[in-house]
Amino acid sequence: MANDTHQDANANTGQPPVFEEARDPVTRRAFIKSVIATGAVASTGGIMLVSLSGCSDDATPAAGSVERLVNLNINGKSRPVDVLPNETLAMTLRYKLGLTGTKLACDRGECGACTVLVDDVTHNSCSTLTHSVRGRAVTTIEGLEQPDGTLHPVQQAMIDELGPQCGFCTPGQVMSGVALLKNNPNPSREEARQGLAGNLCRCGAYDHYLNSIMRAARVS
Amino acid sequence: MAFKHIGKNFTPPDVRAKVTGKAKYAEDFRAEGMLFIKLLASPMPHAIVRNLDASEALKMDGVVGILTADDVPNIPEPQMPILTNHPKYVGDPILAIAATSEQIASDALEKVVIEYEPRPFVIDPLVSLFPGGPDVHDSGNVALFRGKAETIKWTARDFAAAAENELPRGKPQGEWEHGDVDEGFANAALVLDETFVVAGHPHQSMEPRSAFAYWENGKCYLHASSQSHTFNVPDYAKYCGVETEDLILIAEFCGGGFGSKGTAYPIATIPAHMSKKVGRPCMMRITRAEEYFLGSRRNGFQGNVKLGFSEEGRLIAADLYVVQQGGANDSFPDYANAGEALSLVYTPEAMRWKGIPIATNTPPTGAQRGPGQNQLACVMEPLMDKAAKTLGVDRLAIRELNAPDSNTTFGGRRSTLSSAYLKEAMRNGAERFNWEEKKKQSGQRNGSKVVGIGVGQAFHPGGSSGFDGLLRIAPDGKVHIHTGVGNLGTYSYASTSRVSAEVLGCSWENCVIERGDSRRHLPWNLGQFGSNTSYTMTRTNYAGAMDAKMKLLEIAAMDMGGTADDYDVGDDKVFFKADPSKNLTFAQAAQRAIELGGKYSGEEMNEDMHSITKASVKALAGTGLIGAAKDNHPSKGLPPALATTFIKIELDVETGKYEILEYVGTADCGTVVHPQGLEHQIRGGGVMGIGMAGLERIVYDPQNGLPANIGFHQAKPPSYLDVPPEMDVGYVDKPDPTNPVGARGIGEPLMGCAASALISAISDALGGVYFNRTPVVPDMIINALADRPQSYKTLQVSNQ
Repeated sequence: MANDTHQDANANTGQPPVFEEARDPVTRRAFIKSVIATGAVASTGGIMLVSLSGCSDDATPAAGSVERLVNLNINGKSRPVDVLPNETLAMTLRYKLGLTGTKLACDRGECGACTVLVDDVTHNSCSTLTHSVRGRAVTTIEGLEQPDGTLHPVQQAMIDELGPQCGFCTPGQVMSGVALLKNNPNPSREEARQGLAGNLCRCGAYDHYLNSIMRAARVS
Repeated sequence: MAFKHIGKNFTPPDVRAKVTGKAKYAEDFRAEGMLFIKLLASPMPHAIVRNLDASEALKMDGVVGILTADDVPNIPEPQMPILTNHPKYVGDPILAIAATSEQIASDALEKVVIEYEPRPFVIDPLVSLFPGGPDVHDSGNVALFRGKAETIKWTARDFAAAAENELPRGKPQGEWEHGDVDEGFANAALVLDETFVVAGHPHQSMEPRSAFAYWENGKCYLHASSQSHTFNVPDYAKYCGVETEDLILIAEFCGGGFGSKGTAYPIATIPAHMSKKVGRPCMMRITRAEEYFLGSRRNGFQGNVKLGFSEEGRLIAADLYVVQQGGANDSFPDYANAGEALSLVYTPEAMRWKGIPIATNTPPTGAQRGPGQNQLACVMEPLMDKAAKTLGVDRLAIRELNAPDSNTTFGGRRSTLSSAYLKEAMRNGAERFNWEEKKKQSGQRNGSKVVGIGVGQAFHPGGSSGFDGLLRIAPDGKVHIHTGVGNLGTYSYASTSRVSAEVLGCSWENCVIERGDSRRHLPWNLGQFGSNTSYTMTRTNYAGAMDAKMKLLEIAAMDMGGTADDYDVGDDKVFFKADPSKNLTFAQAAQRAIELGGKYSGEEMNEDMHSITKASVKALAGTGLIGAAKDNHPSKGLPPALATTFIKIELDVETGKYEILEYVGTADCGTVVHPQGLEHQIRGGGVMGIGMAGLERIVYDPQNGLPANIGFHQAKPPSYLDVPPEMDVGYVDKPDPTNPVGARGIGEPLMGCAASALISAISDALGGVYFNRTPVVPDMIINALADRPQSYKTLQVSNQ
């Protein structure tokens, strides 16, 4: 089953919970919950206090947290990096390792823009603690191109089929496509659709992304 | 006309960067000593900041600076401020703190003590219109786009005159009328009189509006998420408090905008002001939740439409009143666009339009793909079905009967069109969809599922004129096409640049596009919004390239004898027509242009161009053959973007869920410039339309003014699984006579026709239930199926 490539909560239901709910109106309970959530934060004086870490160019640690030097295996290379206990992989990649191809679009595992592979399985790097990937192989969008410039078949197909529009969700779409083909080299279009279902695209390039995945499957 | 480049697919130069992760968006830039900004936003929907104490925050280790409304230029209401002491919605930014990490900046915000004086607030426009109702702005409740605010209150009598569930109608802000509307209704065989609501919904671009800025030698370097380039530079300069030439905008990639990043927006300059104050580069990463709070959304509508039809289904009279829920800023004139769209798409013989935009204590609104036109499509298309069904006319026939053509005049001023082939688009779509067969399937049961067939149409203006084209042929023969339009992600910046190669008869491989950074000497171009690029930029590039071509011919005549008329261009050369072996390569011609100087190398230039273009030409002068000209190509009538969608669904009568089985989108956009790009628009517009029709709307808590949808899972953009696995596209491909290559724009109506076609299909599956409310969400469908009353009041907005 193509969806098994998603090792998050979305995988078990066959459809991401976000879209189960997307078919429904805001229920009274969901509405109240969301108001309470917003209101609770609002009462602290600033309503947009999302817990963030790791995006510092400076060694000043946030109160109560200490960075630890760890070795990460990123795109086949060993990368030593100082990591906070609550630091997400997306933040480490983007702000400490300069790998900005991994995008942050929701920072809470809803959209798939930050998808990377950990031991060949898709992960939302915004919701993965960096410490949890020690000793595991992390592949980002930057790790797909060969040194001679040859692109991964999924990337090449995305050029040939003109997969992206604005391009912001594209790295995540590519990574989900790569994981899908590793797991299932000849997916049906429906399997490809399920395999990429955790990746949102506001431009609505879904059809073009699927065409790209199907082309990549044919040529690889 | 046979083209070498126009109408052909190609690999746009920016796509490789997108698939390799090398494309740099605003938040992907870094600089030595960079600080991180977090915003303190209003927890109240309307308040005055009476006292602000940040002393404890500023004592924290790692906190470097603070910015308040007193530190930034005041942008007069009702326009959006940069920072404010008079917050007008939950999420309105009051101050910004810069620190060495985001965490520290966030922690510091918690130590700021603010004393708020709460003010009355309003979510529902009708509440503000009621005598004594709250006003968002000190200067009034009616905020005009790029204008001032004024106060309009309706009388208690106006409200009392409306029956239960009927739109009260008092003094409008705008109105027009043509023909004898009342006589039209008197003669009508069928009159529909309907109250409607269309919910506003957020733009939800995948890239939040993060911004990064620093200063160097008196110039401000601003990395913003921007659909448009040169067009936004003067406003960003104004917001930053510098001269236009001192604002360097870097915006090579934009992660989606859909209208919300079309023009400059003040908060993007917060890092610029902070950076100036603290002397270090500043990154302001906007989170998804913040994007919902202070980003942008479509205006909501409450309205009434009265339609009078003849027996055959001809629309003989229409009367539209739109009340716009406009947010806490000057809202885009969707309410007026809706009137124009009704007049153009359905060509009523007589029509009256009235509208009023009301400011509400909700996040700012802005133009969203088909602003006004697409809401109107969602209102009108189901009613066209209702009329057809009542009169016993085919649903396609009634649309064709009322559709515009190239001779249609529309609106209060009876404006004309450059050309219009909506009927052809509809026939193209009907054929692809197999309408005659499909309509027989309407209502067919398959277990608990029932088939619904829908059709929708929509319009948006599709182009503008009068901007500047600029290119440079370098001494190595390369053609550098300078484009300042911006890169929204449609690839039209590139496909329209190919007109230059077409005019110069050169290979595309020999062309380089210069864009995305003010330092690349860009011309004055319109922004990448309003479905205009394909029309406007083909014209401007044509103008610039024709100027270069004339110079090539003149140089050839000077060097090889005869007159310019004896020469032509082709194969990266200018050659003698009678003997093509007599020629100059572009490289040779460019070197000659530098020797000749004057107009040939940009030392002299046309006076009618914009000052920004002139500055760019001046900077390039002497470096090659310069082609630079204002688009003075004749134009006549509005170039329309027109589109239709056909949809087949299966609706489960037990759950209210539906699946879209077939989608056919067809476009009338003149000559097709770039087939792959157009297909992207037709499908992508369709996906957004599916969201507008059935998923997306803003919900507020009416007691506290808090927005309830601040994440994707609450605001519901369509996913892979919400849309059909394959979407069919078609196009008319008939040239527009006012464009040098026949092109017109298209992006926006593709969403409205898809949204309205889906609503039409849902109504069809339900055997003719017309909700007069967008989006149509599953509980509405379930209530309709169970014959239960709906859970909302007819005019209720934003709280269900």
